[in-house]
Amino acid sequence: MAITDPTIDLGGQDPRVRPQLVEGNNNFTTVTQMVAGIPEQPVAKTDKLWIALFLLSLSVLGVLGACLAYLITTGVGVWGNNNPVFWGWPIVNFVFWVGIGHAGTLISAVLYLTRQNWRTAVNRSAEAMTIFAVICAGMFPGVHVGRIWVAYFLAPVPNQMSMWPNFRSPLLWDVFAVSTYFSVSLVFWYMGMVPDLATLRDRSTNKWRRMIYGIFSLGWTGSSRHWHVYERAYGILAALATPLVLSVHSVVSFDFAVSQLPGWHTTIFPPYFVAGAIFSGFAMVLTLMIPARQYFNLGHIITMTHIDVMCRILMATGMLVGYAYMIEFFTAWYGGVMVERFAFVNRAFGNYWWAYWIMVSCNVIFPQLFWSKKMRRNLVVVMLVSITTNIGMWFERFVITVTSLSRDFLPSSWAYFRPTWVDILTFVGSFGLFMTLFLLFIRFLPFVAMSEVKIVMPSAHAGHGHTDGHGPKSHANHGSHNGEGAPQHG
Amino acid sequence: MGKGRLNMADSKAPYGVVGIYTNVDDVLAAARRVRDAGFTRWDSHTPFPVHGMDGAMGIKMTFLPWITLVMGLTGMAFGVFGQYWVNAKGYAFLISGKPVWSLPANIPVAFEVVIAFSAFTTFFGMLALNKLPRLSHPLHRLAEFARVTSDRFAVVIESGDPRFDSGQVRKLLAQDAEQVVECPADPTRAGLPSWFHGVAAIATCLTLIPLAMAYRGRHATSGKPRYAVWTDMSFQRKAKPQQASGLFDDGRAARKQLDGTIAVGQLFEDQELRFGVQPNALSPVGREVGATGVPDAAWIAGFPAALTVDEAFLDRGQQRFNIYCSVCHGVRGDGHGAVALRAEEIRAMRWGWIAPKNLLSSATIARTNGEIFHIAGHGISTMKGYAAQIPANDRWAIVAWVRALQASQAIDARRAPDAQYQELPALPLGVTQGGR
Repeated sequence: MAITDPTIDLGGQDPRVRPQLVEGNNNFTTVTQMVAGIPEQPVAKTDKLWIALFLLSLSVLGVLGACLAYLITTGVGVWGNNNPVFWGWPIVNFVFWVGIGHAGTLISAVLYLTRQNWRTAVNRSAEAMTIFAVICAGMFPGVHVGRIWVAYFLAPVPNQMSMWPNFRSPLLWDVFAVSTYFSVSLVFWYMGMVPDLATLRDRSTNKWRRMIYGIFSLGWTGSSRHWHVYERAYGILAALATPLVLSVHSVVSFDFAVSQLPGWHTTIFPPYFVAGAIFSGFAMVLTLMIPARQYFNLGHIITMTHIDVMCRILMATGMLVGYAYMIEFFTAWYGGVMVERFAFVNRAFGNYWWAYWIMVSCNVIFPQLFWSKKMRRNLVVVMLVSITTNIGMWFERFVITVTSLSRDFLPSSWAYFRPTWVDILTFVGSFGLFMTLFLLFIRFLPFVAMSEVKIVMPSAHAGHGHTDGHGPKSHANHGSHNGEGAPQHG
Repeated sequence: MGKGRLNMADSKAPYGVVGIYTNVDDVLAAARRVRDAGFTRWDSHTPFPVHGMDGAMGIKMTFLPWITLVMGLTGMAFGVFGQYWVNAKGYAFLISGKPVWSLPANIPVAFEVVIAFSAFTTFFGMLALNKLPRLSHPLHRLAEFARVTSDRFAVVIESGDPRFDSGQVRKLLAQDAEQVVECPADPTRAGLPSWFHGVAAIATCLTLIPLAMAYRGRHATSGKPRYAVWTDMSFQRKAKPQQASGLFDDGRAARKQLDGTIAVGQLFEDQELRFGVQPNALSPVGREVGATGVPDAAWIAGFPAALTVDEAFLDRGQQRFNIYCSVCHGVRGDGHGAVALRAEEIRAMRWGWIAPKNLLSSATIARTNGEIFHIAGHGISTMKGYAAQIPANDRWAIVAWVRALQASQAIDARRAPDAQYQELPALPLGVTQGGR
């Protein structure tokens, strides 16, 4: 029998009561002001800290541009990739960034379908992060092909050689998966933003802003007939993006798993990669969200409860990843293949033991702090763990890629991989690209999905209209309707 | 979305009447009143989708999901058949003898194509069903309407509705409303400015130029060298024939040939020696001689002029014959080699074994030397060719030894004239007397 006593402590949440997702004495007006106030700040009065960070990101982006120009005009020999490690940092960085790009669509789509309303506070920025991370990710294989002016060979376009790509190659699956993921995520992000862009358009006092936001909001009027189609479309996109988000990192893992290299050729890779992607994605969401929340005073929208929930997800996915590490060893031992066994013993105790144990510490041990509620609510701890998680996940990809390749079948060709300065600066530069895009996003676009946050506020539902006191006449007539709309909760 | 016409025939008629509300309950109640009053051209506007509004307004379920389903299935067909056409028909990849078409390997790409088709259809279908983008709308010019995308709710009844009556509509909307205002018609043109069409037409034509150039490039030939973005692959720092080089005293990049260098094809110029045919019986190209294709008259009957047939030559032939030929044909050439005996013993003819020919038979004796040389090199029936193992000179020596065997072994001693008859020495075990 269901619990009927409302005083029983259900861990702070009575299922019959809508959880208060937006804290403080907020209403539709204040939520709009809090969020829209950020992009509405006049350009001339832009905060100094933002300008400083933006200039720093731009200069790091310049480093990336210089490295890429050097790479393209000279050739991939400027990297440390060499026999037998032909997949060095470029592929490590690709998998790292594309993994980060998984949290956004996961939060928007999977949590939407499972009616996790708390997602509304973080989905917009997580989706933006996804798109920027996938841009960074796509760059690496794009330049790794060497002669990028013939990168169109990857696409099935008629060409002068009458040649077509091999659709049975996991590398081509990857091209399709990542480009589909990017374009669908972009559509999802943009479509979710249209109503908020309309809000910015209608609030703008400046002609140029009104025109630019006006064009991008497509003439949205908030019509209920439009909302009806829009909500169906949003639900369909969420249903499409959910299998997509799971497929993308599975396909990325096929790049490794379909080959026959010991340490790569294993069926656990797809779920293991997807868990790792969600893990790293949530870590990056926390890394970006906490400073932005503090800086823009969005504590009432992105509450400590949100951070608490994300920390729990971080810990859960971290343990999934740790489980995968264990199972890999078990499979190598149980499978009885000598070379597989060697590959895994070499991973943990070979030349790259340091990378392996950085990975295990960051990904499995540190997130265990989040068993404690105190730690989940200590922003410094959360920041530190989310950053170490990102470091650990980079090393995971490094360990998978480099340890297997550097100790391949032929001992005479074994070699120790060393990155060059171009490798290092290109990777650092990709953060410049990411941060530049992200800073532009938080400065000029609605950082929080206003219309979605408003839906989860109690006053968005019939019968609650009088409680938040945002209108002088709101008491009149309440309760007089026939309840037609009332059962539509949730 | 008129083409340049004014929104309203009578520009003084308002677009409609707008009731503005402050909360969800009031706007839902107003929507129900308007619905029940039987209006058709009206709408409510809210900053977020209000639950219950579909029922309150009587909005029917959109058919967008069906469009998505159809386009998703189209995407699946495109993904599967596109890959089939590309990889199994248009440009088949033959890898280790695997089938050119195997569906499981094509599922990931087909899946991604389904998702891409469905997602883009959903987004653009949503815009199309909502008739968006529509950048010019009378409501956008109404100052009171601006808060509807933030924190106000509105119900709008258009003046185009057949039941529209300004006074009654105002009364209907006024209940609980924060205010009721009239939205004037948009006096501006609803369509794009007329100059835009000209600019768009020119821009469209300009975008076709690169495509046309690319198309022309596909079908035209050019005398100019290929354009290299970076030249390091086309023009490498290495010496090629006919180039000058400071590395050698004579200033040439290419070195002179050493003494005794044989030109390509030079070895095959002596057609008697190499092919066993009359000089110039074969064309200079396509000298590969098949079992057929050479007229019988072309085979030489004797030995090539380049060879001297003497005792040493015959000894060489015997030695080579005993190494390569005798295992099947027997040291005497009578077809009773070790392999043949063993095959007879296990009755290998049950499995299609064909016994080696008796070289002492009249049919073999009747063959020309050129023909026997050719068979030694290229094989016949189930015999393989030995050109790869035995050089041409040695094959000729073998031919000479076969002739010697025929001359000495193919004689039936019983038919010899009495005067010359004498007992042959005892033969080793397993070797029978007489060839015929």
